[in-house]
Amino acid sequence: MNRRKHWYDYLWIWSILFFALGFFNILFAWLGLLDLFLPLLFSLFGGNKFFCNNLCGRGQLFSVLGGRLHCSRQKPTPRWMSSKGFRYGFLIFFFAMFGNMLFQTYLVGAGAGSLRQAVKLFWTFHVPWGWAYTVETVPHWVTQFSFGFYGVMLTSLLLGLIVMLLYRPRSWCAFCPIGTMTQGICKLKQRGKSSDV
Amino acid sequence: MLSKRYAQPNEHRCVSCGACTKVCPRDAIHIFRGCYALVDTQACVGCKKCTKVCPADCIAILDREVSA
Repeated sequence: MNRRKHWYDYLWIWSILFFALGFFNILFAWLGLLDLFLPLLFSLFGGNKFFCNNLCGRGQLFSVLGGRLHCSRQKPTPRWMSSKGFRYGFLIFFFAMFGNMLFQTYLVGAGAGSLRQAVKLFWTFHVPWGWAYTVETVPHWVTQFSFGFYGVMLTSLLLGLIVMLLYRPRSWCAFCPIGTMTQGICKLKQRGKSSDV
Repeated sequence: MLSKRYAQPNEHRCVSCGACTKVCPRDAIHIFRGCYALVDTQACVGCKKCTKVCPADCIAILDREVSA
């Protein structure tokens, strides 16, 4: 490889760090918003996928585990997984569930719901996570959002790890909602510039 | 002299993740404005490294047309 290593080639460490921090103090989950807003900002203002291409710690983690450490069968991802229908369907489903999580946060903030010290995995299973609730001075909705968002992040990590094992290291990227969304934004922006997309 | 083969990503199926750009030994592939992967066919040597990492499995290796 003739490429020079950049500082951002080590961002897979951030991916591990994020989950480690959230394991001990759930409030660190808020930092995960960087992984949501940075790619959006790059695509909205830069018209590129610099985040996916260079900064995504998760993609790098899958490359390291599945590529360098050979934890992948290295089989082609099933075609339907990278089809437009599935990608946009998963995007809608993912953000519907995200909206549901935000609504739960709102309910707790409005006093209509109580704080649930659990992480929801695969949008179904509540896993007790009370030990990470260490700072009790913040409003309950702040903590509720942390649990909710950490669940979203952990669910997508687990899905990514499963497809990494079964198929190619970065098979997750084929239907990652953030990737689908930012590519969609880039295509829309490009359509405005020329007709070659 | 150009190689016998070169890589050709399917721009309609590409998810523009950039996995291919990280493995190309010739830096012959890049993501065009976040939309799809684009190959510099003159620089590409058809080594197939990109086809093996592509999560969308959308990069084909084509034979170059021989010009007499």
